[in-house]
Amino acid sequence: MKVTIDGHEIEVEPGTTILQAARMIGGESVPPAMCYYSKLEDTGGKCRACLVEVSKGSEADPRPMPKLMASCKTGVMDGMEVKSISSDRVLEARKAVTEFLLINHPLDCPVCDQAGECDLQNLSFQHGISQKRFKEDKRTFEPENIGDNIQLHMNRCILCYRCVKVAEQLTDDRVHGVCGRGDHAQISTYISNAIDNEFSGNMIDVCPVGALTDKTFRFKSRVWFNKPYNAHRNCTKCSGKVTLWMFGEEIQRVTARKDEFHEVEEFICNQCRFDHKEPTDWVIEGPRKFEKFSVINQNNYTRKLDKVVIKTEEHILEGREQDRIKISMKNIPYTEHESKE
Amino acid sequence: MATKILLDKINVPGIRSYEVYRQQGGYSSVEKALKTMTPDEITEEVKASGLRGRGGAGFPVGLKWSFIDKKSGKPRHLVCNADESEPGTFKDRYLMEYIPHLLIEGMITSSYALGANLSYIYIRGEYMWVFKTLERAIKEAYAAGWLGKNILGTDYSLDLHVHCGAGAYICGEETALIESLEGKRGNPRIKPPFPAVSGLWGNPTVVNNVESIANVPWIVNNSGADYAKLGVGRSTGTKLISASGHIKKPGVYEIELGISVDEFINSDEYCGGMMDSRPLKALVPGGSSVPVLPAHLIYKTANGEDRMMTYESLAEGGFESGSMMGSGGFIVYNDTACIVRNTWNFARFYAHESCGQCSPCREGTGWLEKVLHRIETGQGTMEDIDLLWDIQKNIEGNTICPLGDAAAWPVAAAIRHFRDEFEYHVLYPEKVKNRDHFMNEPFESIKHLITN
Repeated sequence: MKVTIDGHEIEVEPGTTILQAARMIGGESVPPAMCYYSKLEDTGGKCRACLVEVSKGSEADPRPMPKLMASCKTGVMDGMEVKSISSDRVLEARKAVTEFLLINHPLDCPVCDQAGECDLQNLSFQHGISQKRFKEDKRTFEPENIGDNIQLHMNRCILCYRCVKVAEQLTDDRVHGVCGRGDHAQISTYISNAIDNEFSGNMIDVCPVGALTDKTFRFKSRVWFNKPYNAHRNCTKCSGKVTLWMFGEEIQRVTARKDEFHEVEEFICNQCRFDHKEPTDWVIEGPRKFEKFSVINQNNYTRKLDKVVIKTEEHILEGREQDRIKISMKNIPYTEHESKE
Repeated sequence: MATKILLDKINVPGIRSYEVYRQQGGYSSVEKALKTMTPDEITEEVKASGLRGRGGAGFPVGLKWSFIDKKSGKPRHLVCNADESEPGTFKDRYLMEYIPHLLIEGMITSSYALGANLSYIYIRGEYMWVFKTLERAIKEAYAAGWLGKNILGTDYSLDLHVHCGAGAYICGEETALIESLEGKRGNPRIKPPFPAVSGLWGNPTVVNNVESIANVPWIVNNSGADYAKLGVGRSTGTKLISASGHIKKPGVYEIELGISVDEFINSDEYCGGMMDSRPLKALVPGGSSVPVLPAHLIYKTANGEDRMMTYESLAEGGFESGSMMGSGGFIVYNDTACIVRNTWNFARFYAHESCGQCSPCREGTGWLEKVLHRIETGQGTMEDIDLLWDIQKNIEGNTICPLGDAAAWPVAAAIRHFRDEFEYHVLYPEKVKNRDHFMNEPFESIKHLITN
């Protein structure tokens, strides 16, 4: 099947979605996806960030589709023509979706562990507007403790349903889900249950924002101060292939390996993620590379960095000589040597 | 008297019971259908009748039936959508409460036409007493042999269940209804696949409104062509209208499609004119989701033609100067009504009922509600009116299901037709802080404050 996205043509298998086809092409035409996750079934269609314009339905039925379509859920047809960033309607809609996602998002990025690898940050960097039109108070939720390893910040949640699908598809008993509806729908366990499951930690990796973060990494560092390394260990439960986030010799965080679309390559178990924090536990393969524009590259060890030298006056802490004399009592000797005289 | 199809026997004493209903010729359509007609013949009759879905969208019922996937060999289902929660609409309740066997008869005939052996009536949880009425009626129908195995000695079997919803407007959306019926959270599904291909438990399913199904017995008893003779053009047959608001005689009326709006509001047979003879200010012709019409566009369309009670005529002029038939929730406002307050009330409803699945609707409906509340309570600014317009524009068309559109349209229409009233709220905050601000001082009498 032939599909054209923003003028780029590509041959794809039947059953491919527009988003998947766009990812094969790559580049700027790839629609942002906040809820779709290719490794999980039945995700997508909810965030509406990936809306695209289908300007030609197919070779057989060339009529354009009247509404913007969620590219993650719309299958391609032969001869379909899609406009992603080349359509003003699409850009307008993405701007609108970004604004909707942000009106109730706390914007506490300075204290959020996800900052730097947050999909919502990327989305608002690309499609956001700098002015705020929402005057009301943002909605807030009561904090809820969902266990020893995972921190839930419901205020930051954008209800992508990814973590629910993780629990449904990777773990045996799902104890959390979405309670309530409308703008007060929330991720919660019923009732205040702890999430305790061998693969529950993957919820952290799939979360596009900082709603689910790693308690063992909480407030330890910013992601761009860490050096990520690929590493592996023999694990009986999972593949054991992870990314270690190092600070010096210390492993501050363990995550699964994520690809350029921020999706994990292989899900890992909680033991690998939370319990093995000694460098001797792991076979380190080498540094992990990130896409060009990621803030994580700020700490790029592949590039030679000059040592920073802070130049100061030699006795800056003691103050200037003339000031010291001014505040001293003139009649009392200043040094031991003077007093002996 | 105009022809009545659904409410013909409504005043017969005891029509709620099986015996009386049967004496009055009830269940004859089932006899006729099962003994003399094939399922496809019934579908053809319904197609010929031009019956359009009565739930709001007005999609032709026969066409919907013909889409059901019969080739896959999977079991098929008919689901009756009795989750009637649209503000201003209460016709299905009336039908189910006073003549429950009509719906059951329609369900049997329609299920036979679709080849469904397991059918459901999904009723909203707030209609608990109606739920019990239906349960009793179904029990009676089972006892009389209209439901169960080998109905009337044929090889057709049907089981019919009533399922009670748990109080969510969104479960009136057909895919959310199916999810809810499956025991899940009532979130609308992303279409395609449509329920006709993959609906309840992945099986081909048709979801129809109560009133649509209740029309089927008459069509089978008479003929599709007879039904099509009623009404005008593509709006055939009769329609139940739930009339409410500032009129003398609110209630459920069965009208023949094609009477004029003027006749419906003012004739003694129907609404009986305006309450207290106050002037008409606005009309919501099809339930809270449809655009509101200002006084000068109610009796006449923008072209100066008479506005009729038909799908086409009510939509005449598009959203610029028209509205929609919707589900027939006919809400009339006189000059004491505040459009801003009314719009806020609707927005509050949609914010409360949004399922929270997709971002534009989840965040947008709440935002609309907050801004409208601010304007209504005298704390709005002129920019807020433009902001409202922007928000509704950003919601419309970008959501998974039509709830987002339904939340956006009333706001858009209110701003389009009643912008001066919004401006009045911004300019005279002290006046609107009084909850009854237009009761003693109708907007018409103070309009000059805005226009000058």
